[in-house]
Amino acid sequence: MTGDSLLLGAVAYDPKVVAIWTGFRHWLSEHDLPFDYVLYSHYERQVEDLVAGRIHVAWNSPLAWVRALRLATSAGRTVRPLVMRDTDRDLTSVVVVRADSGIAHVSDLDGRSVGTGAVDSPQATLIPLAYLAALGVKVSPRRFDVGVGLHGDHIGGERDAARALLAGEVDAAIMLDGNHLTFSREGVLPPGRTRILAQTGPYDHCTMSVVDLAPAALVDRFGALLRGMSYDDAALRPLLDLEGLTRWVPGRTDGYRALEAAVELFGFYGPAGEQGMPDYSP
Amino acid sequence: MTEDRVDLAGLGLDRGGHLLLRRALAPLPYGSRLRVYGYDPGLRVHLPAWCRAEGHRVESPEPDSAPGPVAVVVRGEGRDGRWSGAHRAGSGRRGEVEKSPPARWGLAARGAALEEGGPEPYFDLDDRDLVWAKVAPQLYAHAAARQWNPDTAVDWDEPFAIPPDIEAAVVQVMTYLVENEQAALIVPARFLGRIHPHFREVVQLLAVQVADEARHMEVFTRRALLHGQALGSSTVGGRASLFTLLEESDFALSSFLLSVLGEGSFVNLLGFLVTHAPDPVTRRVAWLAMQDERRHVLFGVSHLAEQSAVDPRLRDRLRAAIERRSDALRDTAGLNADVFDALLLLSAGSWRPEAIEAGYAHVQRLQHTMDEGRRRRLERLGFPADEAAALSALHTRNFM
Repeated sequence: MTGDSLLLGAVAYDPKVVAIWTGFRHWLSEHDLPFDYVLYSHYERQVEDLVAGRIHVAWNSPLAWVRALRLATSAGRTVRPLVMRDTDRDLTSVVVVRADSGIAHVSDLDGRSVGTGAVDSPQATLIPLAYLAALGVKVSPRRFDVGVGLHGDHIGGERDAARALLAGEVDAAIMLDGNHLTFSREGVLPPGRTRILAQTGPYDHCTMSVVDLAPAALVDRFGALLRGMSYDDAALRPLLDLEGLTRWVPGRTDGYRALEAAVELFGFYGPAGEQGMPDYSP
Repeated sequence: MTEDRVDLAGLGLDRGGHLLLRRALAPLPYGSRLRVYGYDPGLRVHLPAWCRAEGHRVESPEPDSAPGPVAVVVRGEGRDGRWSGAHRAGSGRRGEVEKSPPARWGLAARGAALEEGGPEPYFDLDDRDLVWAKVAPQLYAHAAARQWNPDTAVDWDEPFAIPPDIEAAVVQVMTYLVENEQAALIVPARFLGRIHPHFREVVQLLAVQVADEARHMEVFTRRALLHGQALGSSTVGGRASLFTLLEESDFALSSFLLSVLGEGSFVNLLGFLVTHAPDPVTRRVAWLAMQDERRHVLFGVSHLAEQSAVDPRLRDRLRAAIERRSDALRDTAGLNADVFDALLLLSAGSWRPEAIEAGYAHVQRLQHTMDEGRRRRLERLGFPADEAAALSALHTRNFM
């Protein structure tokens, strides 16, 4: 019985994940897809299990995707992106400074302290630090490690970095563009007190990853059902709101180049997907 | 081709600018383009982030297009689907109610546009015929307009002097009234949470009814303790009678026993006190409570009369209810003898035999008036006169 189901892995970065996937499971079952899910406490075990075929699909962070690719290549397997949320495309990160700091150009950050998100946050640590490095700016990162292993899904580190900026504890803070808007609305970043100094290029976020060991017919049906999910459907709408999308769109891989480069630069993962950061323990 | 445009001036999306964007995007067809102008320093970062979350797409203008728009927003379907299956939860207008409002309407304002889906709270009293009365909106308006302040509606300092025995009789009657009003508060309060909120005016009316009883308890207690320290007595028979009211879980039957029969008799009792009480404070508190109780009776009679018009079998159930209650109370003593004697004494006003005789006649007339009133109301519910007389005779000797 259970062997005939498509099995998805997801990371429990928040209690709402249970509501989301229990709801989707119910809806998918009603649409004749035998479906089940397992939850992980962090992304590393999830991608290892994906490539080992213990789960069929993984709702992956961008960093988990990068590692899945490396693990799969090394194991002689293939992984591919199935779908992503409409909200996963073309994100950017910003570097924020205090308005009165006198820091006018990115190069002024040279030698300064920069508050980042968790060690494994693509948007608030890896991509923007690589972006600064590519501009030749050597900063002194100060990490706000909240939710290590969740690959930046937890917004807490970014918020702490923003607070530290206002408190004068760091010279700059890094955050996702959307989180900058959120923090401004919340009043964490009061109007006029900070200034956006720099912005990375666009990159993509989460992706539904499939391993070649997964049953093809079930995977095809899963992809078709996800892409057919409509925000008009009252049964789905609360789940889509919780998951933060209005529709699922086809997966793509070219939005992960900046993160690939950052992983390479910092040696976050080795070529075979081995963990390369000595102080990273999810 | 002309493109729509919106100018946010210096307003950022972190300070309400999204309102202008929403307003500009709303009437546009999907796929159409909106040029966004503005000079808030965060706008270039916030606009794409906002559009991404809202399901719209952003095209950046050509770099050399300054002083052109910050960006061009391509309208997506976004979250419009939220309202695709929406419908109105009936009418918001006063007194316009549906026969069977669905459970999902329960927590919405009546007449609001409801997003499809959501919780379906169960209100078992969800049929117009079970709870509604055409007069409910007017009665509620009347009730709301006539709320009085217990502190100022009565001149508590008005001087009067009555003999200690007569004062004790007043205290006993007040004690009895408090006990009854307490039950009259609990009974509608228990039904309030069971009535579908679609029947708003009924819920409001019962809520005010509960508040009425709260005030009555207060003024009767205050009168009882005006010149003394202790209340009168409470008998098993009196409490047993009230307990049968609390036990009734059927709204129609409860309304029948409490309002039509009980509070109806109570109005007569309060009228008796208005006429015969020995002091101005007692007369005043009785008069105030009587105005409210009349409204309670009117609602009970009205909604049961309407219900019995559409459900001829209702009268059988009402009859059974009154008989059942009479059976349940058969072995109890009925009205607190202290209350009966107190009514007699306070209306007599003294221990002189001829005064006592007059008082006795007053109390007898009160019981006769109560019986007449019950029969009249039973006939209004469609009972033939002879049956109304028989049923009225079965009513609890405790009055309520």
